[in-house]
Amino acid sequence: MLEKKTLICIICPVGCQIEVCRDDDNIRSISGYGCKRGKEYAISELLNPVRTITSTVTVRCGEHQVVPVKTDKPIPKHLITELMREINKCSIQAPVRMGDIVLQNVLNTGANIIATGNIPVLQQE
Amino acid sequence: MNVKKADLVIIGGGPAGMAAAIEASKNGIRDILILERENNLGGILHQCIHNGFGLHYFGEELTGPEYAWRFIDEVHARNISYYVETTVINFGPDKTITAINSQEGLFIIKPRAVVLAMGCRERTRGALNIPGTRPAGIYTAGLAQKFVNMEGFMPGKSVVILGSGDIGLIMARRMFLEGAQVKMVCELMPYSGGLNRNIVQCLEDFDIPLRLKHTVVAIHGKERLEGVTIAQVDEHRKPIMETCETVTCDTLLLSVGLIPENELTREAGIIVDRRTSGPVVNDCMETSMEGVFACGNVVHVHDLVDYVSREGARAGECAAAYITAEGDKAEGGEIQITAGKCVRYTVPQKIVPKGQKNIRLFFRVTDIFRKVKIVVKANGETVFERKRNKVTPGEMESLEIPGSILNSPTNVNELLVEVQNIEEGQ
Ligand code: SF4
Repeated sequence: MLEKKTLICIICPVGCQIEVCRDDDNIRSISGYGCKRGKEYAISELLNPVRTITSTVTVRCGEHQVVPVKTDKPIPKHLITELMREINKCSIQAPVRMGDIVLQNVLNTGANIIATGNIPVLQQE
Repeated sequence: MNVKKADLVIIGGGPAGMAAAIEASKNGIRDILILERENNLGGILHQCIHNGFGLHYFGEELTGPEYAWRFIDEVHARNISYYVETTVINFGPDKTITAINSQEGLFIIKPRAVVLAMGCRERTRGALNIPGTRPAGIYTAGLAQKFVNMEGFMPGKSVVILGSGDIGLIMARRMFLEGAQVKMVCELMPYSGGLNRNIVQCLEDFDIPLRLKHTVVAIHGKERLEGVTIAQVDEHRKPIMETCETVTCDTLLLSVGLIPENELTREAGIIVDRRTSGPVVNDCMETSMEGVFACGNVVHVHDLVDYVSREGARAGECAAAYITAEGDKAEGGEIQITAGKCVRYTVPQKIVPKGQKNIRLFFRVTDIFRKVKIVVKANGETVFERKRNKVTPGEMESLEIPGSILNSPTNVNELLVEVQNIEEGQ
């Protein structure tokens, strides 16, 4: 069945409106994207929507209680809830450096959870 | 009195201030001092842990802290001095800065140039006058963001968000992901104040309802918030009482706008634009006081940090040129930029013509318009236009116009920016 869908591209703040025409899993036409990343987004959004997830992880003995983290690759959208559970289960020892891997190949997605901030060890005075 | 020396003092060590410092250093200024109120450089970026920063400036997608650290590392690499936990308490009319911190005590600096980069703060409930009790559980979205993302605790379990600015949308997703029940986002206007992409990835992804033309009319609960009454509003933004409904929640987040922090600016007698609540600036980001520049959210509220950095770099570059030129001022008068039909304001508000190749204008429109063109007129004649499929007040527009239009055919003394329907033509 031919189905028409309008998507808002979330790749950059321009937020192009993209029109997609699909016939089950066959994409017939895509229009309205401002650049080729938008076209790729539209295809992935229909066939396998993915998101980059950001959150925080508990830090032990650090200057702050938590460190910001992100998935180093977008992960399938339907795994977000499960991913959050994994993130909330773990904790990491200070010092934490930006780019440190907190969780490897999380949920077998091929994505790692990496630190996006620096947390030094808390100096006891 | 403790007196310090510096060629350039930058008030505020957030993205705007750091970009200004780095650019001034690149342009040969050695004696730079950044004054920052918090305990580290980076400003609000540290609590903006979501991604989407840097697409314009670095060509890649970064989270807020990652974006901040790129600049912090460069400030360190360039040996730019800064004081943290330092509050500027007075900014005199002759560029004298009085500041205080626990190490230096009270001190005075009289720099040759100053960059104002104090950023903005959130509008609070008090500024909004929501009737009802005053229980715990009501926060600005940015404060809640700090609790969750930097201090690691949740301000509540079931949430209503008033205002659909970007921070509100981002906090809706954040609270949802951390297990809170996010009941709805209410927006007074018929359109969201946030970016489209945030409506998709923060609300639609998690089926969080966005109630346009709705507001909170009452607050319930004694010790802790127990619920709010919401109502639809009519075209005059007055609540329609028949549409009242009560929503139970223990937390109300307010994302109802940001205000540039210009107490110091006003105190110094610098002219502030009523529309932006920020200083009036020319295309060098120079304010009405010679040698005092401003950039970032203190000038006007941005929705992208990339533009803040770009503005900061411009201010830094021009401050450096000012210091180097030692008061050698460009000849010629200023050209006023007028916000024409459907344009709320422009930044800069003035241009000092001196043969610049391009001029970047930022502006906001007054309403949502589709299929329009942005027209720039010089002395009443159209000299430049750009088509836009859609413009909205929630998204700042940016326009790069060639400098050549300033002197052809004759000397221009007024520029006007307006929105026209494509069909309408002239
Ligand atoms: S299509 Fe390209 S320009 Fe348009 S929003 Fe997506 S990434 Fe941005």
